[in-house]
Amino acid sequence: MTGGALIVGASHAGVQLAVSLRDYGYDEAITLVGAEPRPPYQRPPLSKAFLAGTADVASLELRTPAFYAERRIDVLSAERVTRLHLSPAEARGSGTALTDRGRTLAFDRLALTVGARPRRLDLPGADLDGVCYLRVVDDAARIRAHLAPARDVVVIGGGFIGLETAAVVRSEGKNVTVVEAAERLIARSVAPMISRFYQLAHTRRGTDVRHSAEVAEIHGAHGRVTGVRLTDGTLLPADLVVVGVGVVPRTELAEQLGLLCDGGVVVDEFARTSEPSVVAAGDCTVMPNPLTGEGRVRLESTPNAAGQARVAAATLAGKPQPYTDVPWFWSDQYDLKLQIAGVTNGYDQLVVRGDPDRERFSVLYYRRGDLLAINAVNSAPDYLAVRKALASGTPLPVDQAATSDVPLKELLMRASAPH
Amino acid sequence: MAKIIFVAPDGSRRTIDAAVGDSVMATAVKNGVPGVVGECGGNLSCATCHVYVDEDFLTRVGPPGDLEDDMLDLGVADRRATSRLSCQIKVAEALDGLIVECPEEQP
Repeated sequence: MTGGALIVGASHAGVQLAVSLRDYGYDEAITLVGAEPRPPYQRPPLSKAFLAGTADVASLELRTPAFYAERRIDVLSAERVTRLHLSPAEARGSGTALTDRGRTLAFDRLALTVGARPRRLDLPGADLDGVCYLRVVDDAARIRAHLAPARDVVVIGGGFIGLETAAVVRSEGKNVTVVEAAERLIARSVAPMISRFYQLAHTRRGTDVRHSAEVAEIHGAHGRVTGVRLTDGTLLPADLVVVGVGVVPRTELAEQLGLLCDGGVVVDEFARTSEPSVVAAGDCTVMPNPLTGEGRVRLESTPNAAGQARVAAATLAGKPQPYTDVPWFWSDQYDLKLQIAGVTNGYDQLVVRGDPDRERFSVLYYRRGDLLAINAVNSAPDYLAVRKALASGTPLPVDQAATSDVPLKELLMRASAPH
Repeated sequence: MAKIIFVAPDGSRRTIDAAVGDSVMATAVKNGVPGVVGECGGNLSCATCHVYVDEDFLTRVGPPGDLEDDMLDLGVADRRATSRLSCQIKVAEALDGLIVECPEEQP
């Protein structure tokens, strides 16, 4: 291979970057290289339908082989880039990559879409058989294999991955305990009242949810997990432990190149790294808040991976456009669909619509009267209305939004109607 | 396998042999059919897989569910009586030959 674009990391961001490069008219070779042993696939179902056994590996495929061939996207699977080298300044952006198969790939354009790895537990017993993480399809398959004969399952971490997993596992009739170190669930992403709602919702469905609970060690016998001991001495029996305690962005390659990293590869609104000829997108990056341009946020979601990848492709194709997508996210737990739009950072006021006790409500986040975000539980119309309002910059005043009997859609239409 | 025919806004047609059990959205995205985005992967969260179902297939495809109805109401540019989110239509032998039209724009 000579020249062309090299995209390192073949998941949601990498695939979208390759496709968008072609959409923007990039005509050189495109190589998408990924360490996993199979072509790129969808990750969100891994903690949902795939874990529940209602979706198989084939159905997760992101694009068909024929599609890649037709768009001239060369997909290299089971090959990890271990070293990157950028040419001197006069050949800006070009360089070579060395892979673990001993191959050297030359490129004129470089994109990093390397993602993140699950944060590992550093505790006695963490290596026992039956202690699982969830990031790639093989992880999910391993959990499924352990799940069938299991009776007691402990989920360490009460974030989205942990709670989605707990919901699937509980639905299969297992005894489930969720252990969260913080004083509430999903603390990094949602307001305390949403945390409380999920604590109650999981408890109502028979899961033992423990917050402010720290794991001391994992017990085992004959190399297999048998239980989880908490620092207060409680011993929770377990045939399967699923750990979901966050992710660590893969910044090693970026660091090798001397790119600025700060809890992720730092990129600007054009997905450019501190070496502007190199772009990065997806879970490995931190970027300015796309709605305000402020600060640095990491948005771990497939919509962000795809949106940022499109921006990165535009930059590489010489047609730069800033990233201003309204961040959004969803989480399915049991029959509860949580939909999130916006970024909640810095909120000072909440507006609750609907009724949490009936498991159908939404929470709007405001800062100094400006709408920032929404968390909607089984309330798609509110979610969509807020997403639209954020995208168009239409204000939804607090006092009006607080009137639950007027649909947000109507407020939105009134606000955007010509005067 | 069942054949699904995607009609682009300009009237051009593309026929795809779809796997039974896949959604119409997944079939379109995997094969790179322009006009169907499917950003959320089929979770009723984005409404970027909006299609118009050919009249002859309407009864076989059926009406949208409640959540889908909400998404169509607010999420798509030009809702018609034949509007569906293609992530909610599962490919089945009974739908062999299904014709869906892609809208001018997805949100």
